[in-house]
Amino acid sequence: MRPIDWFTQALAVAVALAAAPLFLGWVNQCRAWLQNRRAASLWQPYLGLRKLLHKDPVIAREASPLFRAAPYVVFAAMLAAAAVIPSMGTRLPMGAAADAIVLVGLFATARVFLALAAMDVGTPFGTLGARREMMVGFLAEPALLMVVFVASLISATTALPVISEHLALRPLELSPSLAFTGVAFTMVLLAENARIPIDNPATHLELTMIHEAMVLEYSGRHLALMEFAASLKLLNYACIGFALFLPWGSATGRSGPLALALALPALGAKLALAGAALATIETVSAKLRVFRAPEFLATAFLLAVLGMLVHLLLGD
Amino acid sequence: MHSAHIRFKSIEASDPQLSATSASALAEVLALLAAWLVVGLAGLVRPGSLRFAGRTLFPLGALVSVAIAVVAAANLGAAPTRVVLPFGLPDLPMHLRLDPLSGIFLVLLGAASAGISVFAAGYFRSGEGTPPGLLCFQYHVFLASMGLVLLADDAYAFMIAWETMALSSYFLVIAQHRIAEIRRAGYLYLVMAHVGALAILLCFGVLQGGSWQFTFDAMRGAHLPPAWAGAAFLLALAGFGAKGGLVPLHAWLPEAHPAAPSPVSALLSGVMLKMAVYGLLRVAFDLIGGLPWWWGLVPVALGLFSALYGIAFAAAQTDMKRLLAYSSIENLGLLFTGIGLAMVFRGASMPTFAALALVAVLYHAINHAFMKSLLFLGTGAVLHSTGERNLGRLGGLIHRMPWVAWLTLVGALAIAGLPPLNGFVSEWLLLQAFLASHAVPYPFVNMLLPLGLGLVALIAALAGYVMVKFFGVVFLGRAREAALADAHDAGFAERLGLGWLALGCVLLGLLPAAVVPVLAGVAQWLGVGALPRPAAGWWMLVPLDARQASYAAPVIAATLFAAVAATSFVLRLVYRRRVRLAEPWACGGAGLSGRTQDTAEGFGQPIRHLFAPFFAMRRALPSPFDAEPRYEVTIGDRFWNVLYAPLAPLTDRVAGALAALQRGRIATFLLYALVTLCLLLALVLVL
Repeated sequence: MRPIDWFTQALAVAVALAAAPLFLGWVNQCRAWLQNRRAASLWQPYLGLRKLLHKDPVIAREASPLFRAAPYVVFAAMLAAAAVIPSMGTRLPMGAAADAIVLVGLFATARVFLALAAMDVGTPFGTLGARREMMVGFLAEPALLMVVFVASLISATTALPVISEHLALRPLELSPSLAFTGVAFTMVLLAENARIPIDNPATHLELTMIHEAMVLEYSGRHLALMEFAASLKLLNYACIGFALFLPWGSATGRSGPLALALALPALGAKLALAGAALATIETVSAKLRVFRAPEFLATAFLLAVLGMLVHLLLGD
Repeated sequence: MHSAHIRFKSIEASDPQLSATSASALAEVLALLAAWLVVGLAGLVRPGSLRFAGRTLFPLGALVSVAIAVVAAANLGAAPTRVVLPFGLPDLPMHLRLDPLSGIFLVLLGAASAGISVFAAGYFRSGEGTPPGLLCFQYHVFLASMGLVLLADDAYAFMIAWETMALSSYFLVIAQHRIAEIRRAGYLYLVMAHVGALAILLCFGVLQGGSWQFTFDAMRGAHLPPAWAGAAFLLALAGFGAKGGLVPLHAWLPEAHPAAPSPVSALLSGVMLKMAVYGLLRVAFDLIGGLPWWWGLVPVALGLFSALYGIAFAAAQTDMKRLLAYSSIENLGLLFTGIGLAMVFRGASMPTFAALALVAVLYHAINHAFMKSLLFLGTGAVLHSTGERNLGRLGGLIHRMPWVAWLTLVGALAIAGLPPLNGFVSEWLLLQAFLASHAVPYPFVNMLLPLGLGLVALIAALAGYVMVKFFGVVFLGRAREAALADAHDAGFAERLGLGWLALGCVLLGLLPAAVVPVLAGVAQWLGVGALPRPAAGWWMLVPLDARQASYAAPVIAATLFAAVAATSFVLRLVYRRRVRLAEPWACGGAGLSGRTQDTAEGFGQPIRHLFAPFFAMRRALPSPFDAEPRYEVTIGDRFWNVLYAPLAPLTDRVAGALAALQRGRIATFLLYALVTLCLLLALVLVL
């Protein structure tokens, strides 16, 4: 590993930390514009975090230490995930420590801790949210893994940086299997990040919420960490999507500082585009009933399986 | 063949130094198995004394367990050694052999049973059921018989050990024999154990291949035609599948495992099920030669179905021990899948991947021994302290039993397949092996097998669901019954046992790079293939090629730890905010109670809905006008209704027809004997 690779690593984590709330702000802004509302500032998520950090956390008397530890674990898992996703350069020292399967495992760890913490206080909404989150998760996780596996089969590796490099360097052509898995991945992204049509991040309408129901008992710094982790998760998913489906622009191979300097604006452009697309999807679709969520996710899973079958049949 | 003294022989060893050490290893293991028997027999001296069994005998048994694990682990690389003991029928001495395959399972047996025995030392209480000394005897006979199963080198020794294992565990299952349900579960277990044993016996009958020699060496030498090899494999799969809870031979497992006292449940699920894995590995990779590759598809298909079936049922359970028993069906399903995958790869001349699949199987077998024993012991501690197995009457125990709760959490996270714990490692290895399945040179198979990836991923995700349900409902939230306020934490011995197993889960999770080469050595000894040994540090697991896949568990763990530490340090230091305690938000209603939480039934509802075809479900919904509304749902097993339920009346009818033969007069019976003799003579004449 060269010094610049360690620099790339540090930059990836720093950029993820800095850009996560910004990306969320951008999505919210686009959504407001599309819905003919006046948008809040791009920096609103930062202001929200700052406000929460300046408040005393209030915790239920019945809460166990697990409840207080969970926000840190969830945040740490997202941070570790951000360290292994090749968002700007594919030569990540941490990339060898965790391949794509470990990455999915880190997301699962965060989800399980979030659900356990939601069940800890024993309020109706907490347990309801935990159950729904796990319901979404047990279908979304295999779908995400299948998406990753299709890319793995194409590039004969499960290491995400190597996959991304392989996909970026091969000749530009439309691959049917990646098209199927791209749709599946988008559906998983929506479901896993509590977006419409599975969940509504802007609602506190009690009976429909999933993510908000789980963090209902959190406040102060714990809530700030949970919110930060959620925005980091959205950014991580977006960056996984870029690594698999839009790998161009990031620094590949033994490239120097110049490629890295170009990768930063490339990432910014991709995020701007992805945020606008996400806001559009959320604006034009209606929220599904919770009972329909498994169908939506089963569709995503089957699309990913179909993508794999297409890859095996056509060998693209 | 007979010899007054016992001869130890080392085979395939050119180095006399090496053979000397490993020959003594077999003697040591045998002496340790005998020590287990002695400990058990000592229990019979004062069968009623709980103090003697708990304070002295079970800890001694645990020491023997540790010694067995150490001896077996130290000799994993040694050449096989054998011994012929002059026991048994005339001209049929007992052949025993210690080789790397039996060695690795001896390590599993010793390491897992050490924790379980320590826990058992504090667990058994006086009361109804089998007296403690007798229980101690049955328990140690059970352990020793499992050791003998692993050492057996001829069909007779194997079957004797296998039957001893089944019988001793039967008596352990019905320890609470005053309860009718438990007697019924025990009976079902006994019947299924014998159906399985019959299949194994027939399998050995086929394997001897006309030589009428029942030593395993003779079987290795017999060259069976492919059809007979296939028949032998199917019989082995049926026999060991019945022991391992392979669907549709699983119906006894969720009845028998929960019925036993918790340390015994842990032994049954954590250790005895692995004997089925060992048996199938021994037959499929050591004894049978010339088995066509496509037989491997049978365990893959059955295993995947079993795993999905088991985990879906686990999600729907409301009894914590039944939930764990169904989860065992899931894990054994994954193990059978891995065995089948290794067979396919071996047949397809892909030795590296065959070795990888086999390493995944061995790793998962060891992992499951630790994880499932830990969870069963955790439920045992809960059961002791609350008297409840029903998830609907538990809750909030993390406040009353913090030790049990936190140690059980380790097991729950591990079995849910979360990094950096051990369950994730074997799952990762299995997925890596599956990823290569598109390269097998058989059309259709190379497209169908990779779809198994999706199923394995789905099963792993469902395992996470089940474990959140299990841990969340038992330990988190509010107590669902007022009586839970008196729950007390486990005693010292119980904590020690739980801690041992939890430590195993953590270490196996953090140091896969140290464990995998050992397991790869076993796979290589079996002649499956070798894994490359890339130059990577102790922290980095690289099964094949660094570019292809790598996993550094310690780095991930350290990253997570550093991130948690840094975050909490920064937040506390920069924003010095103090935590205030308050009442939780009651949704604007009047107060929360234990009954305003989600129930186990509720938590299982999405799975029941999604996998509805699996379940034979009966629901009674209340009407809005009921004065006392009742909601009832019972989950039945379709296989029970289709396969098992008709068997009982059929057996009765056959028995009734046979009863017509029994006239109760000696003259009639003598006539039967005469007729049989005549028939046999005619048969001999004709042949």
